[in-house]
Amino acid sequence: MDAPPFANEVNGDERGTVMSIEVQHLTKRFNGFTAVHDVSFRVETGELVALLGPSGCGKSTLLRIISGLEIPDGGEIHLTGKETTQVSPRDRNVGFVFQHYALFKHMTVYENIAFGLKVRKLPKQEIECRVSELLGLVQLKGLEKRYPFQLSGGQRQRVAVARALAPSPRVLLLDEPFGALDTKVREELREWIQQLHEHSQVTTLFVTHDQHEALEIANKILVMNSGRIEQNGTPLEIFDRPATPFVAEFVGENNFIEAEVTEPHLVPWGPFRFPVNGYPLGEKIRIYFRPHDVYVSSLPEYPHVDVKAKIMKTRFRGPMTELNLHIGGNKQVIAHVPKGVSLTSGFIEGSEVYIGITAFHAFSKS
Amino acid sequence: MQADTSNKRISNRKKGRRVLPGFGLSLGFTMLYVNLIVLIPISTLFFKSFSMTWDKFAGAITDPRVLASFRLSFGASLAAAFINLIFGLLVAWSLVRYHFPGKRIIDALVDLPFALPTAVAGITLTALCADNGWFGRYLQGLGIKAAFTPVGVVIALTFIGLPFVVRTVQPVLEDFDPDVEEAAASLGANRLYILARVILPAIRPAALTGFALAFARALGEYGSVVFISGNIPMHTEISPLLIVTKLEQYDYAGATAIAMTMLVVSFALLLTINLLQARMNRSV
Repeated sequence: MDAPPFANEVNGDERGTVMSIEVQHLTKRFNGFTAVHDVSFRVETGELVALLGPSGCGKSTLLRIISGLEIPDGGEIHLTGKETTQVSPRDRNVGFVFQHYALFKHMTVYENIAFGLKVRKLPKQEIECRVSELLGLVQLKGLEKRYPFQLSGGQRQRVAVARALAPSPRVLLLDEPFGALDTKVREELREWIQQLHEHSQVTTLFVTHDQHEALEIANKILVMNSGRIEQNGTPLEIFDRPATPFVAEFVGENNFIEAEVTEPHLVPWGPFRFPVNGYPLGEKIRIYFRPHDVYVSSLPEYPHVDVKAKIMKTRFRGPMTELNLHIGGNKQVIAHVPKGVSLTSGFIEGSEVYIGITAFHAFSKS
Repeated sequence: MQADTSNKRISNRKKGRRVLPGFGLSLGFTMLYVNLIVLIPISTLFFKSFSMTWDKFAGAITDPRVLASFRLSFGASLAAAFINLIFGLLVAWSLVRYHFPGKRIIDALVDLPFALPTAVAGITLTALCADNGWFGRYLQGLGIKAAFTPVGVVIALTFIGLPFVVRTVQPVLEDFDPDVEEAAASLGANRLYILARVILPAIRPAALTGFALAFARALGEYGSVVFISGNIPMHTEISPLLIVTKLEQYDYAGATAIAMTMLVVSFALLLTINLLQARMNRSV
């Protein structure tokens, strides 16, 4: 994918330069526990990449290694094409944003944002100019004299982002930036960070355990599990074509079944027959299909929607309704149907319906 | 505005109703306690000194011997508090930041100057600092005479004031978020810059409290100083000792005049420090 054209106000002085992150065979151990295990990937100039995974999967450690706050036991890091594995964090010129803001409590908003510029001994006028530009960018104009304790959580995090962006970092790293905020503010900031990224085009890598956050705003997602990268792809690829059972399970909701290839290229499960390719007879297969890929109809629609099911339970899930379906043989399927469809079709507990599965993912069990 | 007045009405109706009970009781007790323990004993001092005429009072406190004792007492106490500030910060820093064998023991040793009877401390320090003592021998080689000089007074006051800065700064340093230091480092700051601009400002209010406590303690200290100072009038005589001397000579008015002056000056100093600290706290 080509990097978008560089219309950069934040990094005016690095216009058109390469701001990529490349990581090769990174490994980090803590007292015998391997937090990061032989991880390699590349983030291109101007991308907004999410590092997604459950807590304890090593994603924060990976981010801290890239920023220089942690030293890897093996592997290399290249920032903007230069080897920086052993460079100290203060010379890396990397913007880092912490989950709990880590603002300087005794400094005002202005002083916080100016910190990285004062360290570089820039002339006062230049600092003033830059801080005011950033205050506009993070929509905090008029609050420069406030102290962190006088700000809301969302405002504090925006100050932290402005502070990190002030010295025109080569890359911006965010460690669970919205983790400490409530849902509403999180959603707002999610949109804001995407706009900010579009505006500044700083190569950004952010850590999150929230798949919605990753799917919504990232150009690319790296899914991590127990120290390894499971999949590296666009949000659509991650969601529609999970590369591993872990990704299928972790991202989005799923029906999960385990069955055996008993006929050539077919896995029968109750009345369903899943076509699979490339597995020998007798192989144990894991099949995942999403609740919204279960088509539900009050009448059979041949040839694909012909399996009879009984609605055991319905659950209100906002814009959609969750149906708990029994298909006989003690087998259950969860389906999601739009709320309107569920109402007009009369999907209520106890009624009989016909279902078909429109998409699924199969993985060998081993 | 409207809402304000209606709120006021509600709060007036439920006068004194708070979520946490016992506000009236605890405040009442606090006032009584402070009165009984601090204010009443001190006010008797005032009454006693009011029995003097202004001229007599002024004469009593401008006596050269008294003035010399003030200079020594305030000067040595300030010096000792400064020494304790610097080394207390160092000790607190090492105890919080590093792990080393015997750390618990060092941590416990810090409090010993509180537990030791001050006279014992005084005698021990005198023996050490005397010309043939373990320290005095080498200090003499450097041309410093410690025992029976103002230097000895500062040494004794430093000893008894050691725990204050350590104990006030330690918890603040322990609570200091390592993320904040890392943030500063990722913004390009070196260690010295982080220490000066990020860590020190955060612990400044606590350090100032420790300094004030050490200073106040040193001003009132008597037991440990009288041994090491030698109590030479005009030279190594501290104000508290002069008060005792005057009392022994039945010069109660003269003693209270010195005490009053010390009280007023130290109260003014402590109040200034408190105000300074409140100003710093506003931003922390």
